[in-house]
Amino acid sequence: MSITELIEAAAHEPVTSTADGCLKCNVCNTVCPVSRVTDLFPGPKYVGPQAQRFRLAPGSPPQAGSVMPVLSPDHTVDLCSGCGFCTNACPAGVRIAEMNSRARAQMRADRRPHLRDWLLGQPDLLGRVGVPLAPLANAALRNRAARWVGETLVGVHRHAPLPTFSRRSFRTRWSRSRGRRLRAPGSADPERSVVYFHGCAANYYEPEVAEAAISVLERNGLEVIVPQQVCCGLPLISNGLYAQARARARHNLTTLATFARAGFRIVGTSTSCTHTLKAEYREMLDLDDEDARAVSGATWDICELLLDLHERDRLDTRFGRSDRHLPYHPPCQLRSHGIGLPALDLLALVPGLDAVDLDLDCCGVAGTYGLKREKYDIAMAVGQPLFRKLRESGADEAACDSETCRWHIAKATGIRVRHPVQILAAAYVAYAAAEAEAAGAPSDG
Amino acid sequence: MGERMLTPDVLVIGGGATGAGLLRDLARRGLRCLLVDRSDFGTGTSGRYHGLLHSGGRYVSKDPSAARECIVENQVLRRIAAGCIEDTGGIFVATPDDPDDYVDAFPGACAAAGIDCDEIPVTETLRREPALSPAIRRAFRVPDAALEPWQLIEANLADARAHGADAWPYQRVVAIQRDGRRISGVTVRDERSGASTRVVPRMIASAAGAWAGQVAALAGVELMMSPGKGTMIVYNQRMTDTVVNRCHPPGDGDIMVPVHTVAILGTTEELVEDPDDDETSSDEVQALINEGEALFPALRRMRVLRAYTGVRPLYRDPAVQGPEASDDGRAISRSHIILDHEARDGVEGLISIVGGKLTTYRLMAEQAANAVCAKLGMSEPCTTAGEPLPGMGDSRAHWLGHRLAEHEDRGGGDADLICECEMVTRAMLERFLDRRGPCSIDDIRRGTRLGMGPCQGGFCTFRAAAIMAERAPDGHTDRAAPGGSASDPEGALSTFLNERSKGTRAVAWGRQLQELWMVTGIYVGVMGLEGSSSEHGGEATEDHGAVS
Ligand SMILES: Cc1cc2nc3c(=O)[nH]c(=O)nc-3n(C[C@H](O)[C@H](O)[C@H](O)COP(=O)(O)OP(=O)(O)OC[C@H]3O[C@@H](n4cnc5c(N)ncnc54)[C@H](O)[C@@H]3O)c2cc1C
Repeated sequence: MSITELIEAAAHEPVTSTADGCLKCNVCNTVCPVSRVTDLFPGPKYVGPQAQRFRLAPGSPPQAGSVMPVLSPDHTVDLCSGCGFCTNACPAGVRIAEMNSRARAQMRADRRPHLRDWLLGQPDLLGRVGVPLAPLANAALRNRAARWVGETLVGVHRHAPLPTFSRRSFRTRWSRSRGRRLRAPGSADPERSVVYFHGCAANYYEPEVAEAAISVLERNGLEVIVPQQVCCGLPLISNGLYAQARARARHNLTTLATFARAGFRIVGTSTSCTHTLKAEYREMLDLDDEDARAVSGATWDICELLLDLHERDRLDTRFGRSDRHLPYHPPCQLRSHGIGLPALDLLALVPGLDAVDLDLDCCGVAGTYGLKREKYDIAMAVGQPLFRKLRESGADEAACDSETCRWHIAKATGIRVRHPVQILAAAYVAYAAAEAEAAGAPSDG
Repeated sequence: MGERMLTPDVLVIGGGATGAGLLRDLARRGLRCLLVDRSDFGTGTSGRYHGLLHSGGRYVSKDPSAARECIVENQVLRRIAAGCIEDTGGIFVATPDDPDDYVDAFPGACAAAGIDCDEIPVTETLRREPALSPAIRRAFRVPDAALEPWQLIEANLADARAHGADAWPYQRVVAIQRDGRRISGVTVRDERSGASTRVVPRMIASAAGAWAGQVAALAGVELMMSPGKGTMIVYNQRMTDTVVNRCHPPGDGDIMVPVHTVAILGTTEELVEDPDDDETSSDEVQALINEGEALFPALRRMRVLRAYTGVRPLYRDPAVQGPEASDDGRAISRSHIILDHEARDGVEGLISIVGGKLTTYRLMAEQAANAVCAKLGMSEPCTTAGEPLPGMGDSRAHWLGHRLAEHEDRGGGDADLICECEMVTRAMLERFLDRRGPCSIDDIRRGTRLGMGPCQGGFCTFRAAAIMAERAPDGHTDRAAPGGSASDPEGALSTFLNERSKGTRAVAWGRQLQELWMVTGIYVGVMGLEGSSSEHGGEATEDHGAVS
């Protein structure tokens, strides 16, 4: 079953009723990376289907006699990182991680949102403020005193792997180089172009990822359209702020759906943004309308799309040689796509490149989870085996599709981590360089 | 074996809600009383009922006086037994198939009976209870609630004990002796040891519910009960947080009650000969689901944990309803009646209290106590409506999330949970065992809800059996209680598991069937329990069920 079909099936069953499937077999507990390292988190079975039976439905009226209308009376569910392994592993189809997310949202709805969660939930807001002030903001992020203040006042751990702001956003760089013109669906050929969803990371922090993706797409004859867009809303969802997330989602759906309906593919470089477009708008935010279905069906992760091109013999496989070992970490969100590990298949096309799955579950950061004061240590403990294996590999670079994982792994190990599409882009450049060299300096033979 | 002899003022037979309420009432009036039940308290109909504290709405059209009694007692219980009540509120909803005249007359009939009833818009109703059928036409809010029977019975007994009374479980009345017109004594047999006790009370009050006919027969009195068997289905999750009734003349499968973590759909109605006939058939289950779908269309997809059957203590008054037997149980009045066997049958020293509802148990007890006092020449007034039951005055203890919230306040986590599904901690279990002494795992279940969740005891029974054994005094060998004992943990375990699995037989499909197989796999395949399970499983306790 494809993910779209899976979501289609799941859409008919509310996430909370899937708790009915739980046979208490404990498989979820054996795969949970968080409960493995801390006793503070009771594990997916407890906070998921077990606790679910004690939660009132969101619409139910407060009971006359009870202390207060507590709909989700538990708080340990907040320690779920949302990695989704439990949902993937559950043989009975219980959507545990999704259930936890909803419980967290209910918890937040019962109380006033935390300033920190509100901030971390909006990387677009941070980006809009941070990019124009990049030198200052980045200095502050490196400043120990400022980070101490941030930890004490805001609750962001002082060692949390916060990215540095780019001096110019990707969108600014893009419109400067390509013009401000926004393409309308009618003015391009959906067969020969794709719509790019850059998300916040590539826009404010890592424009080089966006540019690598664009160069790879263009190299393969695809015109890239960059439509108006806002944050996908996943950080808001993970922080339990569903109402704000829904506003973002509606905004994106309006623009993206016109492209999707016109037959365009929507491609993203952040596995978490693409998963949000594919699944979470419908599953978590209950936006299961025409627009959401169209966008869900049209969205591709960049490596998924490139591999599809390759399978249809449409991928330019002239990559330059790169003789090295490249450890690769598939992010948890990617597993939820249910598309296998397309990056590994693509990296295998680069001659000499020995890309190997690190084969460890979660790096620990899980989006904004590991940035938080009370969760940073957990995130580090979860990632320890991964960090150790990566260090022991002796490699000086690793690959990973998700930005927060890259930042977290890089910070913890001191090893550079790039998006697989950056490796591919570099391999195209290396090929061109080698060709040029060969042409300019005829070999001896 | 030497017989003990006891001489209380009053012997109450039957430890259901009525008997427990009666014991409390009599004890508070200063009488020395003893209550005996053939099994654990609350294992009769009171532990196998639907769980609804009626507002009276169900009876407004056919039996307005019963409706009035319900609402009055509903309000009394909210004062004295708040801790046993989850104030869910209730609604009556009209589906397209329900007769207009009934629906139109409903609010007026409620008003006439003194029941608060407002119509609420259908959209609002569906927003609050999204599992309801979108086809519903009208909805009325009434003060229904969910009422926990075992805590209620325990609290009544506790108050009675505090006033000098005694209550014994597992003591069956096996004979009643007469000396001419007068009752001269009662023989009570200990169901665990077989030892018997002779009780010589001044009065006997039989609150034996559907078994009242059998008890009366022991005294040579003819009392014709018409036990009305009713089946209910327990769903894994609360598909509604409000009691939902169908707004039509009472029928099958037309009430859904949220009870703790589950939702219970009921009931059926079938007159039976034998009050112990509480076998649940899959036909009844299917009939319930067919009817229930009019209210909750997704019913078939939802996980069922078990089904159970209770037997209504219906009494057909030959004077009122004529001797010719009607097959329609719903035609028999739900009102209660106090039978003075001296006036009725010429037998002195015995009254029976029959019929009624759990909602009106206190009123029944009050009237029965009045009758007893009149016989004994006493005129102490009843005080049970004014004084809250011990530990039950606070409604804040009882709402869906309370166990989760309390457990989380202590740090949460599975480590300390014996029954994960119903969140029974080790401390809760130990407190219960300290209070209760030697008992069966089924007694623990009624006291704590252990084993009542999705796995139906699969993951908690072995833990509970181990804790019981661990805490049994050295060299202690209590007589094999029905349902096992601390000195025989394996027997206790098998008996309980067999009893639990019995309740799933009629609903063994889908998820619950998978669960059954898994649990069987654990006990039979992993723990190798097979031999002992047939050995102990043949004779389960008399009680098979629960407001599960
Ligand atoms: C299917 C069903 C659903 C119901 N739903 C509701 C509802 O939602 N709301 C409501 O208010 N009412 C409801 N009722 C009615 C209510 O359950 C009963 O009216 C009430 O529980 C009767 O209580 P009781 O104490 O009179 O009888 P019981 O609880 O049956 O108590 C009688 C006791 O006598 C004991 N006994 C019998 N023989 C002997 C003996 N020889 N020696 C010693 N002890 C003996 C038994 O073990 C038993 O414990 C329902 C009933 C049924 C069957």
